Amino acid sequence: MEAPAVELSKTITVEVNGVSYEREVEARRLLIHLIRDDLDLTGSHIGCDTGNCGACSVILDGTLVKSCMLLAVQVDGASIETVEGLAQEDELSPLQQAFSDHHGLQCGYCTPGMLMSGAALLRENPRPSDEEIARAIQGNICRCTGYWNIFKAIKAASGQEVEA
Amino acid sequence: MLLSEVGYARPATLEQALGLLAEHSGARALAGGQTLINVMKARAASPDVLVDLNGIPELKGIELRPDGTLEIGPMTTYTELIGSPEARARPILGEVCAQIADVQVRNRGTIGGNVCSSDPTNHLPPLMVAIGAELTVTGVDGERTVRAEDFFLGVYLTAAGPGELLTKITIPAGRSDGFASVPIGRDGTCIVNAAASANGELRVALGCVAAVPELVRPSSNNADAVRDAVRAKALQPPADVHASADYRRHLAEVVAARAVEQASKRAGE
Repeated sequence: MEAPAVELSKTITVEVNGVSYEREVEARRLLIHLIRDDLDLTGSHIGCDTGNCGACSVILDGTLVKSCMLLAVQVDGASIETVEGLAQEDELSPLQQAFSDHHGLQCGYCTPGMLMSGAALLRENPRPSDEEIARAIQGNICRCTGYWNIFKAIKAASGQEVEA
Repeated sequence: MLLSEVGYARPATLEQALGLLAEHSGARALAGGQTLINVMKARAASPDVLVDLNGIPELKGIELRPDGTLEIGPMTTYTELIGSPEARARPILGEVCAQIADVQVRNRGTIGGNVCSSDPTNHLPPLMVAIGAELTVTGVDGERTVRAEDFFLGVYLTAAGPGELLTKITIPAGRSDGFASVPIGRDGTCIVNAAASANGELRVALGCVAAVPELVRPSSNNADAVRDAVRAKALQPPADVHASADYRRHLAEVVAARAVEQASKRAGE
């Protein structure tokens, strides 16, 4: 079988929040730029652009990843969920509602990434321990809240009791 | 950030990947990308072509042989290894992988990428040396097997040369291992780390104190003997904003003794 050709750009098909898109992308394009600039889904943020802050976190084929550390060409044929996919019509997801109820955000910049990390955790582990919640958001940096309210929101969304 | 222009190919077989690497001298293998993509953003590396290894099934997976030997495909992610029932045959592997960075990075980063990037602060190079891993390197002319202690040649430099790929990591049976580190924040980059193995002879490998892991063979598992053996190495560790050379020398003794203590405890179980 012959090796595939080396390409500087490529037409890819990707499903994002249940909608299928076809785009031609340069090989050097990061996934976050495809999502934000080409698909105009600006919920996912770019914080550090070095893989530290987690504001660009999305769920790729069921797995939480930082979209600034993947190339757009790598998601050809894949299915992606971004923060825009969490709410149903005008109704927030239980996790989003819990962030609102527990003041899990102030400036909101980290929130899309925090929500995706929380969503990924609760799917895999519907009743996480305190330690598991803390470790699940280890890859997401928040400079406002001190993390406690985010922690509480995720815990409350899992149906566990939290202090007010 | 916009990367420099780069070509991209996603081979489906090892043979195709080796062919692409041989054909393009400026090509680099792209594993999990959790280091390489950032290095490319900073323009510290500017490959002409990326050969994406994520579509090659033969580079993935973990096999446990009847004699307890583990064979790990280099494109296995940290998360896959942590969740693998087979990998529990050598528990230290999953324990150390669970200390690397965060969920997102562990979901994407690979065992082979950690080993082949040969960053002196990485977790797996000292672990591979301590537990006596053997690394299979494959090129267009065939494959060879290299002991971990001979695999790491320098900072970002390994025995897998241009046009070659790490294709298998073989880990002998054993359970009496330990790992200790002083990281920058929990699960952060290590300031100093040490892996120990007490399966037969006692082997300790220190990370972050030299370009490649430093193998130490203490005469006994007594903490003083371990510290003496580390001191006898007369390490010349780097100094940076996180630790002076003196402090790293001190930490090297401390983490070596802790790793040996953990390994010895398990040997007694």
